[in-house]
Amino acid sequence: MPKTSGATVSVELYRQLAWLPKPPPDFASRCREFANNSGDLGKQIRWLATHALDEHQLSRLGRTIRSAQQNGQSLAPLVPFRLGLIGNGTLDLIAPVLVATAARHGFALECITGAYDQFLQDALTAESTVNQARPDAVLVALDHRGLALRPSPGNEQLANESMDAAIGLLDSIRAGISRNGGAPCIVQTLAPPPEGLFGSFDRALTGTARNLVDRVNQKICHSILQSTDMLLDVAGMAETVGLADWHSPALWNLAKLPFADAFVPLYAEHVGRIMGAMRGRSRRCLVLDLDNTIWGGVIGDDGMEGIQIAQGDATGEAHLSVQQLALALRARGIVLAVSSKNTDCVARRPFKEHPDMLLKEEHIAVFQANWNDKATNIRAIAKELALGLDSFVFLDDNPVERDLIRQELPEVAVPELESDPATYARTLAAAGYFEAINFSEEDRARAEMYQANARRLSLQGQNTDLESYLRSLEMRIVFGSFNRTTRARLTQLINKSNQFNLTTRRYTESQVEQLETDPAVMTLHARLIDKFGDNGLICVVICRATGFARWTIDSWLMSCRVLGRGVEQAVLSEIVRRARAAGIETLEGLYVPTDRNEMVRDHYGKLGFMRMDDGSDVSSRWELDTDVELEELPMTVERDESQLELT
Amino acid sequence: MEKAQVYGKLTAIFREVFDEDELSVTPQTTADDVDGWDSLSHIRLVLAVSKAFGVKFSASEIGNLKNVGEFATLIEKKA
Repeated sequence: MPKTSGATVSVELYRQLAWLPKPPPDFASRCREFANNSGDLGKQIRWLATHALDEHQLSRLGRTIRSAQQNGQSLAPLVPFRLGLIGNGTLDLIAPVLVATAARHGFALECITGAYDQFLQDALTAESTVNQARPDAVLVALDHRGLALRPSPGNEQLANESMDAAIGLLDSIRAGISRNGGAPCIVQTLAPPPEGLFGSFDRALTGTARNLVDRVNQKICHSILQSTDMLLDVAGMAETVGLADWHSPALWNLAKLPFADAFVPLYAEHVGRIMGAMRGRSRRCLVLDLDNTIWGGVIGDDGMEGIQIAQGDATGEAHLSVQQLALALRARGIVLAVSSKNTDCVARRPFKEHPDMLLKEEHIAVFQANWNDKATNIRAIAKELALGLDSFVFLDDNPVERDLIRQELPEVAVPELESDPATYARTLAAAGYFEAINFSEEDRARAEMYQANARRLSLQGQNTDLESYLRSLEMRIVFGSFNRTTRARLTQLINKSNQFNLTTRRYTESQVEQLETDPAVMTLHARLIDKFGDNGLICVVICRATGFARWTIDSWLMSCRVLGRGVEQAVLSEIVRRARAAGIETLEGLYVPTDRNEMVRDHYGKLGFMRMDDGSDVSSRWELDTDVELEELPMTVERDESQLELT
Repeated sequence: MEKAQVYGKLTAIFREVFDEDELSVTPQTTADDVDGWDSLSHIRLVLAVSKAFGVKFSASEIGNLKNVGEFATLIEKKA
């Protein structure tokens, strides 16, 4: 008898957030105890939020977080985030759920909710509470009712007028928020109401509700691609769970709820993912178990002929769909690794020899098949890839292994899986660990870059002499100033870099554009190329003239991929060279600690700066004379002069 | 469903919705008797009750309720 497919890959998967583990039975008392917690409150809250809580539990947790914030309790390591919330209908029920969900994504969220149905005033008035709060982003929660789409079946002219009015309204709101609040917007697509008028023909006939919503959604998507605003695909969410359940006429009439309360956890989870992606917190690496995860059976017991991986076999196809998803993720830049309890050569054999395997050894950046516990293995993978543990997702069919990783490495995301492998791929996709708000050529190549980096690191292992190792990489560093072509990528780096980031100052794309021409600002970016490939733009520096013959290094951030390769020294040399040319005598460096940037605490000290403050504060201030002698660099230096001529 | 059962469950829901561990409800309890029972928490209460008892209410049923006793009677009929 084939196993019946489980109920939780239906709508329940999404409604219950079933990739998260079930909440502890003492959920309510844990919430109560938070009021007395003075040690690791932020950690405890994040742990509790990372369970499959329903809308009432999330609301409860959200209110608990809010009172902790009001009582001045520290929520570190949760990072503050201010979200404006405007839209039509009752949003107050959503706000506490957003607060609790944001904790799952590492944020101490403050939600500033606009007045009921006053979204236009909230956006256009500089004095509105939402704009005054200077939010990090504003969620524009408008549905088809808020945009006042007027169906006009068969009348193309009226249909166009109605669509133009809706898009015009959205544009005014987005421009207003940008101008008055300085924040990017999260803009929603519209979930079409299920009530049809003509039947199937509704979708084809111009001007029907269904037709208008489809076309408005296309226009919204198009405009998002031209802007720095972000998309929340409510239409996609509602279609996934079913429009009939998403829209509740009873709840709209009763309380003006824009959609059924049972889906608020899913909605909030999607908003949390976007905030995470904005701040560079989306996951980057998928660690795969082998036996009964990417193939059926146990390779060590069943052998090459015994494992189930073939097309035409129900179990085999289920595991193949996991491999397909992993490959698709890799093609968009997610790094793949393996952690398996196996003898290395046995575990590798299917990759090398099995004709039905889609995954090959070359797709796997780090292959850990041994008899160590998996926490040790994942730590080793993290080290080899130079990625933080919070970049990892661990997929394993074995509940014992999953529990172990959740306990030992709470930073790693570990999706719950049902026993039926047919559910694995969908569950992994539904968990949304790899949310992106844009996609570039560099993203596409990212998996390759990390893999090359892992090869560099193993080369480093063979080279005992660091100097000759660095020389063997044949590095070239190319410096340039901010310009139009690099603007989008630099903005992405400025907003997503967390670890090697001295001040973690975030700038929007329009602010970056202003920096390009500001005469009191020196901007610098660097690209690093070596014999394994192009690492892309890996460094951003912004210096501001802050006194006589003095520059303050406002921002210095780098990709962690290139650490330990003399790039810091090369960048400093370039700053000093430019400073001297501009008559600058003193460079001032700042270190502003966050929960993520411990690694650069002594960055300026290592580069020869003198600490200028008394050391009592966690922040620090450093200075360097520009007549300092510069070190010889293990790389060739080039300057992108072509762009200088353009500007 | 038994009246006592309904009240037991209702009390737990009220405590959860109003974040008040000591809260107890009687048939005579009205919105005026409970701190923070505004229109928003009223909706949260109705949604929580719907979910806990697996019942649905129409707008007119909700609009006509005068006290907890009437709410409990309505639940008893449906659950």
